[in-house]
Amino acid sequence: MATKEKVYGKHLKVSTKRAGYKIRGTVGIFIFLVLLGLFMVLPIYLAVVMSIKPVQELFVFPPKLYVIEPTLSNYTSMFRICSDLWVPFSRYVFNSVFVTVTVTVCQVVFSAMAAFCLAKIKFPGAKVMNSIIVISLLYQANVIYIMQYMVLAKLGMVDTWMALVFPSIASPMCLFLMRQSVSQIPDAMIEAAKVDGAGLFRTCWQIVMPNQKPAMMTVIIFAFQAAWNIQGGTLVFNESLKTLPTVVQQAASAGLARAGVAMAAAVFMLVPPIIIFMLAQRQVIETMAHSGIKD
Amino acid sequence: MDTAAIGRRTKKEQRRLTLISMKQNKAAYVMMLPFMLFFIVFTIVPVVMSLPMGFTDFNMVQFPKYIGLSNFTTLFLADKIFIESIRVTLVFAIFTGPISYILCFLLAWLINELHPKLRTIFTLIFYAPSMANVYTVWKLIFSGDSHGYLNSFLLDLGLITSPIQWLTDGSYVLGVTIVVQMWISLGAGFLALRAGFQNIDRSQYEAGAIEGIKNRWQELIYITIPSMGPQLMFAAVMQIVSSFTAGTVSQNLVGFPSTDYKAHTIMSHAYDYGWVRYEMGYASAICMILFIAMYFMNKLISKLLSKYMD
Repeated sequence: MATKEKVYGKHLKVSTKRAGYKIRGTVGIFIFLVLLGLFMVLPIYLAVVMSIKPVQELFVFPPKLYVIEPTLSNYTSMFRICSDLWVPFSRYVFNSVFVTVTVTVCQVVFSAMAAFCLAKIKFPGAKVMNSIIVISLLYQANVIYIMQYMVLAKLGMVDTWMALVFPSIASPMCLFLMRQSVSQIPDAMIEAAKVDGAGLFRTCWQIVMPNQKPAMMTVIIFAFQAAWNIQGGTLVFNESLKTLPTVVQQAASAGLARAGVAMAAAVFMLVPPIIIFMLAQRQVIETMAHSGIKD
Repeated sequence: MDTAAIGRRTKKEQRRLTLISMKQNKAAYVMMLPFMLFFIVFTIVPVVMSLPMGFTDFNMVQFPKYIGLSNFTTLFLADKIFIESIRVTLVFAIFTGPISYILCFLLAWLINELHPKLRTIFTLIFYAPSMANVYTVWKLIFSGDSHGYLNSFLLDLGLITSPIQWLTDGSYVLGVTIVVQMWISLGAGFLALRAGFQNIDRSQYEAGAIEGIKNRWQELIYITIPSMGPQLMFAAVMQIVSSFTAGTVSQNLVGFPSTDYKAHTIMSHAYDYGWVRYEMGYASAICMILFIAMYFMNKLISKLLSKYMD
């Protein structure tokens, strides 16, 4: 690559645009994506619309795609139902935030370090680990669920916050994604860091990861989304340990009669992941100037 | 005799070299430790514990009883619904596997051709369905009476004269489930591909332009795809897993069990035995078959994609 750049250096200044870039094609792509995007958004749009529909509008015939008299009553009644429970609503919010932040941070930090080692360091056991990771991706979470419960019970973690957090920390999916991405970094870069006297830890966090923003942000999105939806299920019985998804679902689970409240709950739960998504994507776009990542 | 001695010596030598290499890479093991700790305790141990379950009769109350291969023989020889569920899963997997994989890639690519600001919006639009939990909306869209959005729309257009029971009529349930599954299937794989596109060194395109690449297609085939091997592999694995283990959509949408088992996937079958009838041994056997099928699919895909890998 370096030699190529030298040869083409003069031309590069002349043509910085891509060969494939033609404005007409781009407009075509845009229109196609808008049409398909409309189909993708429609159900979510309907969820939002129905969450602000008053009850009398929910069951009019024919069903309308818009709302005439928007109201927040579905949201208020959702919060009312939630706060009527004997554990205060703020407790569920705290639990959810705690679980989500802990799981996301641990998942991202741990899998980034492990991914760097598995992708770039040749140590005994690396190959075996790599194939174990892929195989464990294929293994169904449902099957090991009961065994996980047994492990948690043996360790005395059932009905504690650890039962919510610990099983989700080591995510083979995040590790696999990071590993795939880190493997694209040229070895020369890691060699150079080594020559400059950087240890593995510093190489990972100061050299490799800053160049991995897209993958890093994607992993954060996945981790947050999964963690945000963690439900106690059978692992936690204590009401004061339960998280938002559990309680919001309880508020919404009364069939179609409470469709409006159910929609409000779904929209409410969707907001934080979307905010994280937007924040993460902005990070990716702002740092798209690649330097020092050439072969 | 001599060769054996050499063999022994090299083996010894090998072990010594491994030990030295392990010492040299101490830092790598330390960095692996936090992940490995949680991975071993909460994934490896449960997986190893669950492996023998497929060969037992286990009702979650009594201690599992070893019954050999009988679960597997019952599955293939006596369980008609299981055979039907294989058929449903395959139909399902064709749509939500390859077709959705190609869709993921195409959309990730097309979005990448747009202005950076638009990219974020479109990525969000296509990814949002996999974050949203809006089965209720789909239920209302496909609702069987004339209040359903789709029925009312089709009645308005005069395409149908009476409402269609989308969610309970045996001839529609599978189709409806596939549509919704496709809708949420632009998930992890799609996002990973988007990240892959964003990671491509732009100077490659400039160099390509000079070397005579004329249009988007050539760019895609000669520059983009070859440098995206790792992400393509990741997306493929994600797509295999999500298409073979589909089941939640059908359970939420067309009920459980669905009419005439028309949308009954292998995973729904496992769910039925594991969590409804508490026959964990039988359910484990089903999951094991599913795992083996996915394992071979995975091998096949890595062969196909191997030329793009380092």
